[in-house]
Amino acid sequence: MSLDDLLPPTLQIVKPGVISLLQDYGRYGMQHYGITNSGPMDEHAYLWANRLLQNNFNAPQIEICLGGFEARFTKPTRIAICGAHLHPTLNHKPLKTWHSYAIKAGDVLRFGGAHHGLYAYLAIAGGFDVKPQLSSCSTVMREYLGGIHQNGEKLVAGDSLDYPHYNERHIKGTGPFSTVVPEAYIPSYPDKISIRFIPNYSENGCGEAILNKFTQQSYRVSNEINRMGYRLKGEALPHDGKSIISQGISTGFIQLPKDGQPIVLMKDRQTIGGYPLLGCVAHLDVAKLSQSKPGVEVEFVKVGIADLEGELGEYSGFLLS
Amino acid sequence: MKVVSVSENTVVVLFEQKISQQVAAQVLKLKQLIDAELADYVIDIVPSYASIHLSFNLRKINHQGFVDKLETITDIVLNAAEDDTHDGQQKLIEIPVYYGEEVGLDLHEMTESTGLSIEQIIQMHHQKTYRVFALGFSPGFAFLGSVDQPIAVPRKETPRLSVPKGSLGIAGEQTAIYPFDSPGGWNIIGRTPMNLVDYNQHPPCEFEVGDSIKFNPISKQAYLDLGGEF
Repeated sequence: MSLDDLLPPTLQIVKPGVISLLQDYGRYGMQHYGITNSGPMDEHAYLWANRLLQNNFNAPQIEICLGGFEARFTKPTRIAICGAHLHPTLNHKPLKTWHSYAIKAGDVLRFGGAHHGLYAYLAIAGGFDVKPQLSSCSTVMREYLGGIHQNGEKLVAGDSLDYPHYNERHIKGTGPFSTVVPEAYIPSYPDKISIRFIPNYSENGCGEAILNKFTQQSYRVSNEINRMGYRLKGEALPHDGKSIISQGISTGFIQLPKDGQPIVLMKDRQTIGGYPLLGCVAHLDVAKLSQSKPGVEVEFVKVGIADLEGELGEYSGFLLS
Repeated sequence: MKVVSVSENTVVVLFEQKISQQVAAQVLKLKQLIDAELADYVIDIVPSYASIHLSFNLRKINHQGFVDKLETITDIVLNAAEDDTHDGQQKLIEIPVYYGEEVGLDLHEMTESTGLSIEQIIQMHHQKTYRVFALGFSPGFAFLGSVDQPIAVPRKETPRLSVPKGSLGIAGEQTAIYPFDSPGGWNIIGRTPMNLVDYNQHPPCEFEVGDSIKFNPISKQAYLDLGGEF
């Protein structure tokens, strides 16, 4: 056995791209200290990438926003790529998204620009080996929390991430979903989307008239989108000027600030907020919205919790196991 | 008090929508009951001024099941005697603050808007014990109340692009410490040398909603000795 055999396999970051962040499923149970949940913007793509490799659902991955990413593997392993199609290549040979691939020592993986969607997920067999902070390694730049250096920094050129030594299973791939996600579960990220939401008619919400106006028009995703929230653009909703007393907020909450343009809160949102709520986006539709670029047309459709619960239970039972 | 379903796995308990010690005491009481009775199901619990936001684990209980359990508990709090102001008070945390003009960036301006001297402003601020009404905005940022009226000056019209870490500010009847360098519009009257958030500790922050906070004035030398910076 040579010295090299003892070194942990690493992924060496050559170009980090626009913003590439280490993410696991998120940081829970800390919101009462003002610490956000974080985690993957697109849970659907993230969970499938881990599933393809038979990883634990919480195994750390790299979330690549908009591409421009390049990295080199020092040892064999298996990877999965899901989410936005960012023209991935392995040693200049095109790869498909929603697939897993065997990797040899020295292979170079690159992501070009975004064609459809915004966020791609790079999972590795066994997950990247990173020390968690407050039970998660999800990176929150605004909170200086998580990531490979435990300071909330995004990946930079020269960073290297350890990953587990491979075994035969990783190289060959086993099981029914070992190489490709079934077509029915591969989203297309169209230019026009329909988002289901649970309306909120209570004291912390908006009146029925405002909610009706909200569902009767279509919106565009604005340029003001990031991991904290997506601001939409449409005909301004009437606003009675009321603000609510600040309360806890979750991913998917649709806030109505005074300018009448709704904001959908995403994974890195603040933990409390004081804008009235139009409602909350269905859990599974947050992923769809997260991949929508500025200009995508969005319409909101009212649904009830009972309509969504079964679907979410089934989904979680499969992908969170 | 009312339980509002917000999403598949989120509910908000809304109390009377006003900011008061009485409502805050009810929030704390319900929060303690939830911690004792429903911890198995709860993922995140966020008490605030007049609400408790809860997300729960749908793999352990369905939505209606959780709401039913929660309503049983809210009934207990509702049925408690109205005049029962016994407040299951949390910890008292003392925080050293240097109220010097080098760090109290808005003290001088406040003398003009309040008509008080710097000494009077400082005296009025530190003589009170404050309550943590809510935590948020950034990790460890605790909204404390209530500041005495004469020094309850509104937020600055133009926020600072960067408020130094540890700065103690006033915005209306609220006071708070910025745990990190961040933009902000509160009137800054002093600075603590204490580090309020440490991600390598469990819990990462000492404050919780319901705690009492007392500010102890310290000298410039003590501030420096405790690691304070300018």
